Amino acid sequence: MIMCKTSKEIGGMGHSLKRKEDARFIRGLGKYTDDVQLPGMLYMDIARSPFAYAKIKSIDKSAAMEIPGVLAVITGEDLKQYNLHWMPTLMSDTQMVLPTDTVMYQAQEVAAVIATDRYIAADAVQALENSIEYEQMKPLIDPHKALDADAPLLRPDKEGRTDNHIWHWQTGDQEATEQAFDEADVVVKEQVYIPRIHVASIETCGCVASYEKAEGKLTVWMTTQAPHAIRTVIALVAGHVGLSEERIRVISPDIGGGFGGKVPVYPGYVIAIAASFLIGKPVKWIEDRSENLQADSFARDYHMTVELASTKEGKMTGLRIKTLADHGYTDAAANPSKFPSGLFSIVTGSYDIPTAFTEMDAVYTNKPPGGVAYRCSFRVTEAVHAIERITDVLAQKLGRDPADLRFQNFIQKDQFPYRSALGWEYDSGDYAPALRKAMDMVGYEELRKEQAEKRARGELMGIGISSFTEIVGAGPSKDFDILGIKMFDSAEVRIHPTGKAIARFGTKSQGQGHETTYAQILAEELGIPAMHIQIEEGDTDTAPYGLGTYASRSTPTAGAAAAKAAHKIRDKARKIAAYLLEVSEEDLEWEPGKFFVKGAPERSKTIQDIAFAAYTNHPQGMEAGLEATHYYDPPNLTFPFGSYICVMDIDPKTAEMKIRRFVAIDDCGNIINPMIVTGQIHGGLAMGIAPAMYEELIYDDDGNILNGTFMDYLLPTSVETPNWETGHTITPSPHHPLGAKGVAESPTVGAPPAVANAVVDALSHLGVTHVDIPVTPFKVWKILKEKGVIS
Amino acid sequence: MSKHSITIEINGESFTQEVDSRKLLIHFLRDDLALTGTHIGCDTSSCGACTILLNGKSIKACTFFAVQANNQKIETIEGVEQGGQLHPLQEGFHQEHGLQCGFCTPGMIMRGKELLEKNPNPTEEEIRWGISGNLCRCTGYSNIIKSIQYAANKLNEKQEEAA
Ligand code: FES
Ligand code: FES
Repeated sequence: MIMCKTSKEIGGMGHSLKRKEDARFIRGLGKYTDDVQLPGMLYMDIARSPFAYAKIKSIDKSAAMEIPGVLAVITGEDLKQYNLHWMPTLMSDTQMVLPTDTVMYQAQEVAAVIATDRYIAADAVQALENSIEYEQMKPLIDPHKALDADAPLLRPDKEGRTDNHIWHWQTGDQEATEQAFDEADVVVKEQVYIPRIHVASIETCGCVASYEKAEGKLTVWMTTQAPHAIRTVIALVAGHVGLSEERIRVISPDIGGGFGGKVPVYPGYVIAIAASFLIGKPVKWIEDRSENLQADSFARDYHMTVELASTKEGKMTGLRIKTLADHGYTDAAANPSKFPSGLFSIVTGSYDIPTAFTEMDAVYTNKPPGGVAYRCSFRVTEAVHAIERITDVLAQKLGRDPADLRFQNFIQKDQFPYRSALGWEYDSGDYAPALRKAMDMVGYEELRKEQAEKRARGELMGIGISSFTEIVGAGPSKDFDILGIKMFDSAEVRIHPTGKAIARFGTKSQGQGHETTYAQILAEELGIPAMHIQIEEGDTDTAPYGLGTYASRSTPTAGAAAAKAAHKIRDKARKIAAYLLEVSEEDLEWEPGKFFVKGAPERSKTIQDIAFAAYTNHPQGMEAGLEATHYYDPPNLTFPFGSYICVMDIDPKTAEMKIRRFVAIDDCGNIINPMIVTGQIHGGLAMGIAPAMYEELIYDDDGNILNGTFMDYLLPTSVETPNWETGHTITPSPHHPLGAKGVAESPTVGAPPAVANAVVDALSHLGVTHVDIPVTPFKVWKILKEKGVIS
Repeated sequence: MSKHSITIEINGESFTQEVDSRKLLIHFLRDDLALTGTHIGCDTSSCGACTILLNGKSIKACTFFAVQANNQKIETIEGVEQGGQLHPLQEGFHQEHGLQCGFCTPGMIMRGKELLEKNPNPTEEEIRWGISGNLCRCTGYSNIIKSIQYAANKLNEKQEEAA
């Protein structure tokens, strides 16, 4: 049960307030980056490489420059004059803005065209692409071959590097884990591949850069989830040409979905900024869908060997994972600095596994860079898939019901705060009730009966469970930073004389509904109606510094900052109220919206009275006004969890698959807005079944991408998507000021193994123990053929 | 490049303008007329973010030339609210939380409009197939279906009242 402390009019936590931001979106009045039009604005378009690996022999600009309306063609050599042809990635690797000699993946940016009109720019790109000469080289596509002696050395620019190995990372107790495996009654092992996928937000990436020479001020509207960090990066990268941070304004307007893909800095942004700086006019660059899918950061691409040890009674005793990570030609992942493989070490999941060891090697290949999240908190999806899949493999091996085996191994309620074998301190959890609730909702026992009957008739159905634990809300700044900037977040709250408020944040919504939920947090803490609290984010000239919105960190960090800022405001309000009521502060008690005198509740001052007094009648010696800023540094991450069950029907003749039911029980602690949380879960579930059943970026041996458009990279439509059945348990976070945890990514993380487990469950009687995602009808058809089910 | 003078009625207002023969309708609407409510998500007719109504029929404006719309009637998201009254579809998306980032929403609403005009009482299955040419990456679709059902009920109520 969700309890509300405030009235509906105030609309604090727990109310399903309708979203404030909807008003503009339902009228087509949202303002996205591509909607920005400035007088004299020029258009930029980019010539891209047709090859995955090639030397650039020559670039002839003349044909493009001859087209009327073309103002400039910009190459790597041009940028080199300003030392802007390379840039740092968020992982302290380096990435070309534009190449001077070699292209490293198909669709890489090779040169840019600036023209007065988007059609002319496109003409010029075509002319330019015909005027670039390459010398093709044999690309390195298979990451398993990256360390072979005859593999080409892809990054000779990196001093001292003699092979394509980027980094090795390991964690856990290797020796103890080996011993656990030696002593185990049972060991299961699977090769699990998590394919390369793309977030594919419906809005692509782009920017409008406008440099005003007279003031020396650069304004950039851009599709970024982290505007403040971007401003700092621009200042660090382009400080030497005169762009200093106080004269850079990054505006992140409405964003058409981010999901992690709008965290990195893409070459296009940098070239557009450079072009505007050099030409002195606004320059717009908006990539098209194929550029977005083919060149922007990918997600995942982990090749894992997963092993689980247990007693014959099914008690898990050790976990061991070895991973090969394909990073493309540069490590442009978006992880906190100290965590090259993100928070993968959450991989022991919801289970009390005494010892674990995981190691990982990252390599270069001739593919686009990335390693960003796909609506998940830093490599958590890969981890959850590994543990949830291998748990089912163990159940199968032991002949146990997968639910049963989970109940046996869950970390128990009284073990929290729980320190995992890989070092995380889980803040709170209660796993069994969530799984039990999901089983009741789906009718687990009856489904198992149905399955047995169907099997006897030669029909195929599977029931897949996933009981995941997430790790979100980076993060405590002692451990978490991006390029050295600590991962706190901020809120700045001002109360106006009439008792209304404005609050600004360092985060940036991309559809999560911050304008509503942040207002609700403040309404809860101050008693000012949420409708009267204006929320702003995304403009670095006005909002306080913050690290942005990704990895479900907004509620855990900025949401907490809002609560803390509100507490500071309440402290001052108490002083004013005491003055107005002529009592001492200790004599006052707070209830949402007012202070009253203990024992004499009729003597009270509302927050509105107090706000007015703060500007008109404040105590002598006190500063006027009523406002506060808070930079919140969380003491720990939050660990939301849940249990999902997927029921899958498979046509034994065609291998066509249909999700019949999908039940999702989530626990994200205290809930700010149930309607929005449920919406986030729906969306995350769709992005969970997507890589489980449909999505994968596929490359051939020459590095050609085979599905780089929306015609062949399959996002689920309304037809493939089932009707989601959702529910909650509530286990508050003990350290978050509101008891809340992040939520929007749990479903993306939890859903894929539920789907994969359902498919394997449907085929388990045939001896199938694993199928890699995406579990396509073709893969399943081949299995059915192999097993003689299809003749 | 040849230029053509075209006249199009957009949201009840007539526009006459010179356009290049190759200009796409989506760019004419967005860049020339600043009607930026119609979005671009793919330019290959795959996502539906650019859906508008041409003579009441939904089309994808990213793969349609402006000149093809000469002497025709167009309705975009900006014309859906009438006399300060939200259309039941707009209301439905707000009430049922049928949008998150809002990028697909104008296309969904335009598509929903034609759908309900042709079939005032669609089943869930019919709505799912009806909007299958419109991608949404945020909502998981369930609430979009509910939003359209909300609008269907509301429109039917209005019909009954009028009768
Ligand atoms: S932009 Fe027209 S269908 Fe995608
Ligand atoms: S609401 Fe974001 S794409 Fe549909």
